[in-house]
Amino acid sequence: MIATLRANWGLVAVGLLGVALMIILPLTLDLFELLQITLYAIFAILALSLAFIWGYGGILCFGHSAFFGLGAYTYAVAVINIGESTAPFLLAMLLPALLAAALGYFMFYARISDIYVGVITLTLTLIFYNCINSTAGPAYHIGDALLGGFNGMPNIPSLNIPFLPDATLEPLGMFLLCSGLLLIVYFALHGLLATRFGRVLVAIRENEQRVEFLGYDARLHKLVAFAIGGALAGLAGCLYVAWGNYVSPPVFSVVQSAQIIIWLMVGGVGTLLGPVLGAMAISWLTVKIGTQQVVNASVILGAVLLVFVVLVPRGVAPMVSDHLVPWLLSLRRPRSAARKIAQGGKA
Amino acid sequence: MSPPLIETRTLSKHFGGVQAVRNIDFSLAEGELRCLIGPNGAGKSTFFKLLTGQIKPTGGAVLFRGVDITKLQAHEIARLGIGIKTQVPSVFNGLTARQNLRIAAARHATRKEADAAVDAQIERFGLGRFADKQVGQLAHGQRQWVELALVLCGRPNLILLDEPAAGMTEEERFRTTEIIREINREHPLIVVEHDMSFIRTIARRITVFDRGTILMEGDVDQVFGSQAVRDVYLGKQAAA
Repeated sequence: MIATLRANWGLVAVGLLGVALMIILPLTLDLFELLQITLYAIFAILALSLAFIWGYGGILCFGHSAFFGLGAYTYAVAVINIGESTAPFLLAMLLPALLAAALGYFMFYARISDIYVGVITLTLTLIFYNCINSTAGPAYHIGDALLGGFNGMPNIPSLNIPFLPDATLEPLGMFLLCSGLLLIVYFALHGLLATRFGRVLVAIRENEQRVEFLGYDARLHKLVAFAIGGALAGLAGCLYVAWGNYVSPPVFSVVQSAQIIIWLMVGGVGTLLGPVLGAMAISWLTVKIGTQQVVNASVILGAVLLVFVVLVPRGVAPMVSDHLVPWLLSLRRPRSAARKIAQGGKA
Repeated sequence: MSPPLIETRTLSKHFGGVQAVRNIDFSLAEGELRCLIGPNGAGKSTFFKLLTGQIKPTGGAVLFRGVDITKLQAHEIARLGIGIKTQVPSVFNGLTARQNLRIAAARHATRKEADAAVDAQIERFGLGRFADKQVGQLAHGQRQWVELALVLCGRPNLILLDEPAAGMTEEERFRTTEIIREINREHPLIVVEHDMSFIRTIARRITVFDRGTILMEGDVDQVFGSQAVRDVYLGKQAAA
């Protein structure tokens, strides 16, 4: 038990820090700040969904916002019609997962190249964006839910405690739910990557042909991973709508998709912690620079991305684990060696 | 009489107007070690790709232990136990040698069995010092061995080796011939190689490819003594 904890000290530290923040932040932050942190946690789940399929499966999805937006609209439409959030919450994961599985079937079983996967997913989200943008007017509704076109859908009910429609989650409840789900998703993905499925997925990223030569069906592994990524993006979409009680077509936009990619590039593709930190840091920065009028926010974000691409191409997390941690450890070693020499022992 | 281990019947593949493989009738018995030689462009690598399902033939069939596997996917053929070591080492460069082998062994073994199989191959190839290093950082010859160990961890019934000694030092080449002989005690092999001294060391029976067809088939002395083979291939090798 102790050996396992020692071997996974990084994960243990993340878990303890996460739980500590879940306790401390509500006690120290005001309501606005708590709402902002909740939003960052939702974006971190969205970042994890792409981190899993791109960082570990090697599937670059340029239109990941399609699944985020579908989850958002599914929750909105379902909760308005059903009036209770348990089923809509599950549907918001199920529908994007099914869409990802269907799309993945055609993409991966047809063995199209990576660049076309990017183009197809980008096209998908643009189709969603244009379709939903054109649904203004009373004619466009699903049951009782008016889609609202470019005006979006306002007054969407918040999440409630399962099967208790009157027990709506307040901001503190939403914070605890979103940060708790972030931790669960983070650890679940870690667990999944430690299984045979996860190891094969990483192997596919490294060399898909060799994986096939070893008798694994790379297409099926990619499809399952893509569906999991779709479900998690849908979960983030659902939480996003429940958080803001509003959804509009920009959830499907290219800007939204690009933002997720930027979070990963800044935090570090091929890690899980990096994208979480990237999503939170960039979202925080976006809010901060949005409050000033001197420079356009997109210009600053573009500059940040350029700096990272040039100076930290692998992102923050790999840089810390590959360079900073070994450097800090190397600082300790000579001292302990010098101490041994001073004590008359061998270095 | 039991069927051959692997057999092709009038196997053909053309790419547009180029006939890469033409009506190949080939068979390999259980336990055999067969070397394939021939000039560049003779169709040897295309033949391997057809056997492993990487490409589909335009005509003919591939049979494994009497069963038609022509239409199977590459991973389905691999599951039958046909393993391949490609010309350019096809490994997981971002993973360690041990992680590479574990993925191969994990398909058909429990965790404990897989670990034992991995350790056995690491010892066989003398990879102990590099086992926890990223494969992408290893020398070319070491990566060739990692790939061969990877194939062996998959419990193959037939191993295809495409230029197993390419880019190796003399010492590595010598060790590779020993390993191939050792592997052949348990597994049938088809080896493509251009190095004739290497072929002479390991071969018993040789198939000569030329312009997509089988020029001749025979034992080492027959093939090396053939005027036709010297004209299309060995003469060029000697000149080189």
